[in-house]
Amino acid sequence: MHQHKQKPKNKEERRVRANDRDYNEKFQYASNCIMTSKYNIITFLPVNLFEQFQEVANTYFLFLLILQLIPQISSLSWFTTIVPLALVLSITAVKDATDDYFRHKSDNQVNNRQSQVLIRGLLQNEKWMNVRVGDIIKLENNQFVAADLLLLSSSEPHGLCYIETAELDGETNMKVRQSVSVTSELGDQNNLASFDGEVVCEPPNNKLDRFCGTLYWRDKKYTLTNQNMLLRGCVLRNTEACYGLVIFAGPDTKLMQNSGRTKFKRTSIDRLMNTLVLWIFGFLVCMGVILAVGNAVWEREVGSLFQSYLPWDPPVDNFLFSAFLSFWSYVIILNTVVPISLYVSVEVIRLGHSYFINWDQQMFCSQCNTAAEARTTTLNEELGQVEYIFSDKTGTLTQNIMSFNKCSINGQTYGKYTHTHTLSGRFIRLDFTPFNPLADPNFCFYDDTLLESVKVGDSHTHEFFRLLSLCHTVMSEEKSEGELVYKAQSPDEGALVTAARNFGFVFRSRTPGTITTTEIGRPVTYTLLAILDFNNIRKRMSVIVRNPEGRIRLYCKGADTVLLERLHPCNQELMNITSDHLNEYAADGLRTLALAYRDLSEDEWEAWSESHRCADKATNCREDRLAAAYEEIEQDMMLLGATAIEDKLQEGVPETIAVLSLANIKIWVLTGDKQETAVNIGYSCKMLTDNMTEVFIIRGHTVQSVRQDFRSVSLEGQEGDGTGGEGGKQLQCPPPPPSNLMDNISGEFALVINGHSLAHALEADMEMEFVSTACACKAVICCRVTPLQKAQVVELIKKHKKAVTLAIGDGANDVSMIKSAHIGVGISGQEGIQAVLASDYSFSQFRFLQRLLLVHGRWSYLRMCRFLCYFFYKNFAFTMVHFWFGFFCGFSAQTVYDQYFITLYNIVYTSLPVLAMGIFDQDVPDQRSLEYPKLYEPGQLNLLFNKREFFICIAQGIYTSVVLFFVPCAVLSDATQSTGVPLADYQTFAVTTATALVIVVSVQIALDTGFWTVFNHVFVWGSLGSYFTIMFALHSQTLFKIFPNQFHFVGSAQSTLLQPVVWLTIALATAICIVPVLAFRFLKVDLKPQLSDTVRKHTQTQRFYH
Amino acid sequence: GEINKTDQHQYYNEWIFGLEKGSKRIAAMMATSYNAKEEDGHHSGASSHGAAGVVKSKKPDNTAFKQQRLPAWQPILTAGTVLPAFFVIGLIFIPIGIGLYVSSNNIKEFEIDYTGVDISNPCYSCAKNFSWNSTTPCVCSMNFTLEQPFESNVFMYYGLSNFYQNHRRYVKSRDDSQLNGDQSALKNPSKECEPYRTSDGLPIAPCGAIANSLFNDTLELYHIDSNNTRNTIPLVKKGIAWWTDKHVKFRNPGENLTAAFQGTNKPVNWRKPVYELDPSDPDNNGFINEDFIVWMRTAALPTFRKLYRIIQKKSNTTPTLPSGKYVLEITYNYPVLSFDGRKRMILSTISWMGGKNPFLGIAYITVGSICFFLGVVLLIIHHKYDTRSNSADIPN
Repeated sequence: MHQHKQKPKNKEERRVRANDRDYNEKFQYASNCIMTSKYNIITFLPVNLFEQFQEVANTYFLFLLILQLIPQISSLSWFTTIVPLALVLSITAVKDATDDYFRHKSDNQVNNRQSQVLIRGLLQNEKWMNVRVGDIIKLENNQFVAADLLLLSSSEPHGLCYIETAELDGETNMKVRQSVSVTSELGDQNNLASFDGEVVCEPPNNKLDRFCGTLYWRDKKYTLTNQNMLLRGCVLRNTEACYGLVIFAGPDTKLMQNSGRTKFKRTSIDRLMNTLVLWIFGFLVCMGVILAVGNAVWEREVGSLFQSYLPWDPPVDNFLFSAFLSFWSYVIILNTVVPISLYVSVEVIRLGHSYFINWDQQMFCSQCNTAAEARTTTLNEELGQVEYIFSDKTGTLTQNIMSFNKCSINGQTYGKYTHTHTLSGRFIRLDFTPFNPLADPNFCFYDDTLLESVKVGDSHTHEFFRLLSLCHTVMSEEKSEGELVYKAQSPDEGALVTAARNFGFVFRSRTPGTITTTEIGRPVTYTLLAILDFNNIRKRMSVIVRNPEGRIRLYCKGADTVLLERLHPCNQELMNITSDHLNEYAADGLRTLALAYRDLSEDEWEAWSESHRCADKATNCREDRLAAAYEEIEQDMMLLGATAIEDKLQEGVPETIAVLSLANIKIWVLTGDKQETAVNIGYSCKMLTDNMTEVFIIRGHTVQSVRQDFRSVSLEGQEGDGTGGEGGKQLQCPPPPPSNLMDNISGEFALVINGHSLAHALEADMEMEFVSTACACKAVICCRVTPLQKAQVVELIKKHKKAVTLAIGDGANDVSMIKSAHIGVGISGQEGIQAVLASDYSFSQFRFLQRLLLVHGRWSYLRMCRFLCYFFYKNFAFTMVHFWFGFFCGFSAQTVYDQYFITLYNIVYTSLPVLAMGIFDQDVPDQRSLEYPKLYEPGQLNLLFNKREFFICIAQGIYTSVVLFFVPCAVLSDATQSTGVPLADYQTFAVTTATALVIVVSVQIALDTGFWTVFNHVFVWGSLGSYFTIMFALHSQTLFKIFPNQFHFVGSAQSTLLQPVVWLTIALATAICIVPVLAFRFLKVDLKPQLSDTVRKHTQTQRFYH
Repeated sequence: GEINKTDQHQYYNEWIFGLEKGSKRIAAMMATSYNAKEEDGHHSGASSHGAAGVVKSKKPDNTAFKQQRLPAWQPILTAGTVLPAFFVIGLIFIPIGIGLYVSSNNIKEFEIDYTGVDISNPCYSCAKNFSWNSTTPCVCSMNFTLEQPFESNVFMYYGLSNFYQNHRRYVKSRDDSQLNGDQSALKNPSKECEPYRTSDGLPIAPCGAIANSLFNDTLELYHIDSNNTRNTIPLVKKGIAWWTDKHVKFRNPGENLTAAFQGTNKPVNWRKPVYELDPSDPDNNGFINEDFIVWMRTAALPTFRKLYRIIQKKSNTTPTLPSGKYVLEITYNYPVLSFDGRKRMILSTISWMGGKNPFLGIAYITVGSICFFLGVVLLIIHHKYDTRSNSADIPN
């Protein structure tokens, strides 16, 4: 985290005086030095250890370590705990250190960047970290902005400058910033050096698009807005140089304020794992209590009598105290049921899976040169459990490459053919070049009547395109004469301006006060009086321009719903025709906008201009007052027509959706588009089909009507019961009392719900009805939804269905949804990288989603489940042997195994094979999981690892421990070596049991591994080999001679493993452990094969025959 | 804890990554824009797409490892593999089991309890009147008859029951350094030996509870021949310990034992110091006394036997122990009644797989039979219920 060492005394406002370091220092503002690193060389060890010991697991093991130092309790040597703990701690520490090293590097790089600071009238080079609040710095073209600056002056006219904010909000188009007019006149250095204005503004915050402040200079007040600010992280473009006053520095900048911690997501397996670990703790305590009671009884009945040979330890004077100590001793030796390496191993496996996602060539898009990226490494297995996908439409299902396709001008519709029709090539693409040398050669249009209409000079058509060429916020660049490049914030705007360009109304350039166009070859410059900007609430934008003749006109374009309400009543007839056209376009899946204008008299303009200025200057509720002012002027407009823009579907979307719905994943489309467009896209991407029993549309405006709609849906759903042929999957909605009707419907239904109805449906009293209805439907489309509603819908499903949700989107409006879903996927596309930055996974094509879920997700889930099952199994098999031994050793907490074996079992002998399985295992090849989407279902139903599976693993582990203890016990108690020496000594018993354990768990991992790569072979055989090698080394004479007190087992390995009886015992124990498992698994595969078993078998037979 | 930290890492990675990516992109853009400047003297509004030629393809490598296409063996549990496995296990285990059972049955074993719990037992009085301080050893004799002759070498064991040699505090109560002949450990034994670390201010050698509780009954065996005369059966006391114990683990602190153990005390329960354990054989004294070594190898279970003596086969013609009457003469030094312990003497012959061990054979036969039986049952089930052997129809 950034170090907020500086505590500004004044929380409400910030005062900055230019060129006055002494004055500004009083406030102790943060310097421009950023520090994202956490440690330095000295603090690393203590701070890192402190952080690590804040984890419960690590503290637990530390606690065990302390217990072990008490001689009366110590049942294990200190190193059996410290070695694994040190290993785990050092792995984490190394990772932390590496991370921090890179942070230091990047901090240094950033802090040491040079910038030119105006000090005492001279420009001096300073490092970024030495820049102070109140300094004036000079920026040159293509330089990064060093801190949040108030733009004072620029080399361009009107104090304008251009910035790119990709770093900040991901938008790649250029933005204009303008200085306050008084400062823009300051111009050169000398004037600036004497500038002593004082800025009073809001304290640091993370709102990127807002700034509120006032400049006091020469006894005058000037309002400052975001329009005057250059934020850190932006890059200066197309501007030779500019000067700015540092307002916020370092950690106070909006960039740093925004890089707050993201909400952490946990997988359901994580939560289950934590629960299970708690249960295991409980189990551990129970075992401890049982054995302590046993100890009490034993010490009373036997131990007290046995004191002639084995007196009690000095502090122990009665059996109860002995039992108390024995409890702790058993907690120590049974601690291995709570596996210290579990969390580290899980992290390693997930990291491996993330790399596989990053490396997947089939999720690489060569057009945009983007590979898929797992931005989070902790969610992989949840990708295999997704039940609901919430998808944005534009840019996610569609390409977000807009083409101007149709339009309606004055009741006349043009452009008959959508993209799909033109593929046949019957229609000739219009060639604009003879008519218009400025035309964009890439523009396609297929209806020459429109061009004719322009050519003959139809005034409506001309006004229509004039509007398109004026009413927008596009920036243009003219590389060479006639070679125009438009930079638009949204692709729709770009498409419309390009259309106007080709039809002869070419937008050439803009300044803050003018727009220059070429209208059918004639250059025209309009005075730009006002821009009434677009936002999600207004859903429209307007410009007010004065043409060269002096006439003032307002041009407005916007969503038909809002615009048609604001027309002059005389437009009624035209409006009806245009509405029909709009509906037609929407039905074709096109995005529509309505266009209108209004003539303003000079007086009207003056009056409104005054009220607008008032609103603009207001310090409180400025936005609201501005909106009200806009509302006031956008009235009584004259309808010009409507445009229709086609947004092509992305490649492979219908196929992906089909595959995903076969995998029983419900796909909900949440879009801001209008209902008809959304429904149409629904059809074209096969979410909605003609085979569907019914598509319900809910568009009520009131609570009652929405409720009514739901009721009727429920009823119809019931009627549809008989008609549905195939047995629909039983719905698992927890049925709310009134609407459990929906549970037994079958047949396929779809639900389309409008934004305003959704607002009612999301209210507390109706949400259950909405959820149950929507979940009964195969496809759900929510249209006209706001970003907030998107998130609310996701939260609703999360709350009521307890299902794993995935949200996928590409734009800033999807960020909330991406953040609230269990898994957020960002499409790196046309709309910047905000969605990607908020996401957990990102790639560039919607169709990669099927591979992400059905292949990577499925495998991750499968691997993680198998890993966990085996992990718990092996630890229980290992540890519970001590429990049984307790009944034979007077509950004295004597371990069965050598202490070195206990130390190394989890970290050396059994760690790698299970890791290899967790990383590499595959049950069916990747193509198969795409061919048979039903293979995805076990993950959704959480079949592979749940409490039941956990208990089975535990039971198997306990069974194994029983066999591993009692078989050697029964065999060895009477057996002797071939020299007559009995085999029932403790060390022989320990070696036999340990060897049998290692062999049994190795055979078990061999059974569990379905995909034996070279790594699995190396790790399994290597682990077995390492066991024998290490054991022989530890039992060797050499080591004993050096440390006779540490290696008690000298010679045990040799003398034990040379005995045929020992090997017969191990073979017997292995057979007894494995045969039932084998029989059980065979029966399962043979009698009740899972789909994966069948597919796997099928794949093998195919491979065999080909 | 863990969770928050991961969270932080993630955020940092994001932050750094974003920065790096950003600066790379900017660099690429600047490169293109400068190129453009040189060419046409204009500012270029370089876009990130314009830099495609400069940016290296990020396409992941097409290696089998990265694409998860490593060649792999993919075993499946089919009837063709599992059922034969069951039969094979059965067919291997049953003969082994029979072999083990037969050879175990051929082993002669005789066991006699001489604790002296019953009044009828000759050792009853010895057991009852035991006192740690008595100077005269109590001797008792048990008569027994061997119904069958014991051919080949016979091994003589003493067995103890309800004796917890595997108790944690007992097991650790020793000093292996001392037993290995380490001088400093001899004078300053490990703390683990408490409360048998020192006595009368002198370090105990050998220290600890195990050594202190050394089994010190003396057993002697006599054969009563047809003339009713007692013939001593020679008992060999060498070769009863592990080779590594005798030659590596246990070492005397010096050649001259009396001198070497100067300044140490004997364990409190012992009658003689460690260097006088075997008066008959000077090389069998000190820490390398085999009886001592055998005792120091602690047992895994509370009922155990330890090798006491070996009765060597004399000739090929006569059995080592012919059938007939025998007398076991016990010098009763070792009290076990106080904790309800039992003492036994066991005579046993040995086969290739060690002593008498019926469990192993029976277990093998049982497991083998169950496997075979399971194989048959599974075969029947497979044939009766499995109609989907051709998996052409995969439900979708």
